[in-house]
Amino acid sequence: MKIDQVPQDKKNFRDGEKAPKKVMYVTTDEGQYTQTNSVGWEPENIVLEQAWEDIELQLKEEREKVKSGIVSPISYYMIKNRMDLPILASYAGKWQWQVKRHMKPAVFNKLPQKMLEKYADIFNIPVEQLKNAD
Amino acid sequence: MIIPFEHQSQAHCESGVTTNLLRHYGLPINEPLAFGIGSGLFFAHLPFVKVNGVPGTTYRIYPGQIFSNVCKRLGVTYTSEKFSTVAQAMNKLNDNIGSGIPTGCQVSVFYLPFLPEVFRFHFNAHNLIIYGHENNTYHVSDPVMETVNTIAYEDLAKARFAKGYPEPKGRMYYILKTPPQVDLTKAIQKGIKQTVFFMKSPPLPWFGVNAIQFLSKKILTYPTKLDARKATLYLGNIIRMQEEIGTGGAGFRFLYAAFLQEAYKITNISAMKELSEEMTMIGDLWRNFAYSTARICKARTTDLIGYQGISEQLQEIYQAELKFYTKLEKIYP
Repeated sequence: MKIDQVPQDKKNFRDGEKAPKKVMYVTTDEGQYTQTNSVGWEPENIVLEQAWEDIELQLKEEREKVKSGIVSPISYYMIKNRMDLPILASYAGKWQWQVKRHMKPAVFNKLPQKMLEKYADIFNIPVEQLKNAD
Repeated sequence: MIIPFEHQSQAHCESGVTTNLLRHYGLPINEPLAFGIGSGLFFAHLPFVKVNGVPGTTYRIYPGQIFSNVCKRLGVTYTSEKFSTVAQAMNKLNDNIGSGIPTGCQVSVFYLPFLPEVFRFHFNAHNLIIYGHENNTYHVSDPVMETVNTIAYEDLAKARFAKGYPEPKGRMYYILKTPPQVDLTKAIQKGIKQTVFFMKSPPLPWFGVNAIQFLSKKILTYPTKLDARKATLYLGNIIRMQEEIGTGGAGFRFLYAAFLQEAYKITNISAMKELSEEMTMIGDLWRNFAYSTARICKARTTDLIGYQGISEQLQEIYQAELKFYTKLEKIYP
């Protein structure tokens, strides 16, 4: 890529305007490589925004499931913190099947206070908030 | 204590940290040289290693390799440590700063408050340099940031002990001793030879140039096997790994072309100049692939024609890269 072709497409979503400028390696007219800056490129902005839209969509679906009593709020907060089951299980110090069980409302309602505190700490929220998904 | 440290922003975290640490000790190196000597270039697609339900794709070598490769190949003595407790890891870091040693740390980007939220995912192989410590605050030189930053003890501790693959376990690394003179020519040779080996020799379809062809075939199955939402996420992740996570553009291909140009200036081997230009063209092909793929993502389509198009583009890139490494191999028979 040549230096005069470097795209400068801003990230106009979430706090994208705070993103640091990226260093790019490009060629000058004489074919010499040099560093330059780019605020972003439309293709990469599209896919990053879509990754976030998908998280929002998952959260919406999960909130409904919590309300209908299908899953416990653990599942909601896991997604909210951009985690998946293996990551959450290692933070909780549990096996994946155990965390999966904690996502059942009946099991969640009987979780000891200590385990609730552990989850609240992982998600960086007060224990009280852990009981609701919003 | 704050160590006088020159922050330079670079394209990529690990080659950037390696460069800035070595420059601190007066070694004549820049990011392209560090990336090439450290054999940073790679490609892998692992459909069975899923992060947040999406198959993994990488354009670079395994985390930690660039720093250790560069040090070994330049005759620099370094050490790398992991810890079992936060207190040990933070105390050792404090000791280092007290002794005037700027120290590289492996961290998760999720816990770095100076990064915007939009980039904060559980990516555990980020690298930065700690060069100062006052009260409860650490001074950070993160090469992907334009300026230096500060981070609180608690945040740094969390970032160093993030869970999930690859788990940092407080990993930190620093330079103990540098040689009075370095032999760049020999280091370049070793770097290139290993890259050729990693790209050309793996017999498994998920690694090296073969993985580009593998991905080109895999993409063709997306429209029939996945719904539009999943297919778009899968494709989007490939582009994010290629462009968004500090690669210098085109999944490190431009950075490698810059390396070959630097290597030509040092070794005077004219084939390197030609191969640098060839790699620039390959980088442009990757950029075109990203452009076409993002258009499919934007349309959220599972229309087969679009997928056939990007699959063919990848096939073309595979052919071009295969030719490239075959020629690169001939430089050092």
